[in-house]
Amino acid sequence: MKVGKVAGTVISTINIPLLEEHRLLLCDVHDLDGIPSGYTIAVDVVDAGVGDTVLILDEGSSARQILGLDRGAIRAVVVGIVDQLVVDGQVRAIS
Amino acid sequence: MHLGRVLGSVVATEKAPGLEGIRFLIVQPLDKRSRPRGETLVAADAVSMAGPGELVYFVASREAAEALPEPFVPVDHAIVGIVDDVHLEEE
Repeated sequence: MKVGKVAGTVISTINIPLLEEHRLLLCDVHDLDGIPSGYTIAVDVVDAGVGDTVLILDEGSSARQILGLDRGAIRAVVVGIVDQLVVDGQVRAIS
Repeated sequence: MHLGRVLGSVVATEKAPGLEGIRFLIVQPLDKRSRPRGETLVAADAVSMAGPGELVYFVASREAAEALPEPFVPVDHAIVGIVDDVHLEEE
């Protein structure tokens, strides 16, 4: 899993059927200093909002397990909202 | 999943078994502000409606084949949706 921040939302009406029922979040993926190293579009299962620091899963089989699917083209899922990050004993600011 | 822009299509008559009937599109991956980023790639069109110029999002790796009717096919990128809009937080 990766730590990231919700930067926005992606609106799409024409999808594969599986993705029609899910909200899509555009998340910046951060390193431990909070510097964005890229982004990913992830399915939201925790009702995260723009600006939230989140935990992003990026692996297909775990994603299907969370969504209760036997198969499906989903890899990235926002699985948690981060309250606190501690690195080397220091609390990192969540902005 | 990432954003991409469809640049064109690929037509191939001789294909590996399982790829018959699948449309293949040339996609330029984009950053979150829809600017080109990285090398172009060929993706299977799982929505069957994407066309040149369109903003799409695609899934990579093993999950790409999961988007197709037959999930055990040699495909590593698949277009899974056409993007209407991307709302970004003001920075």
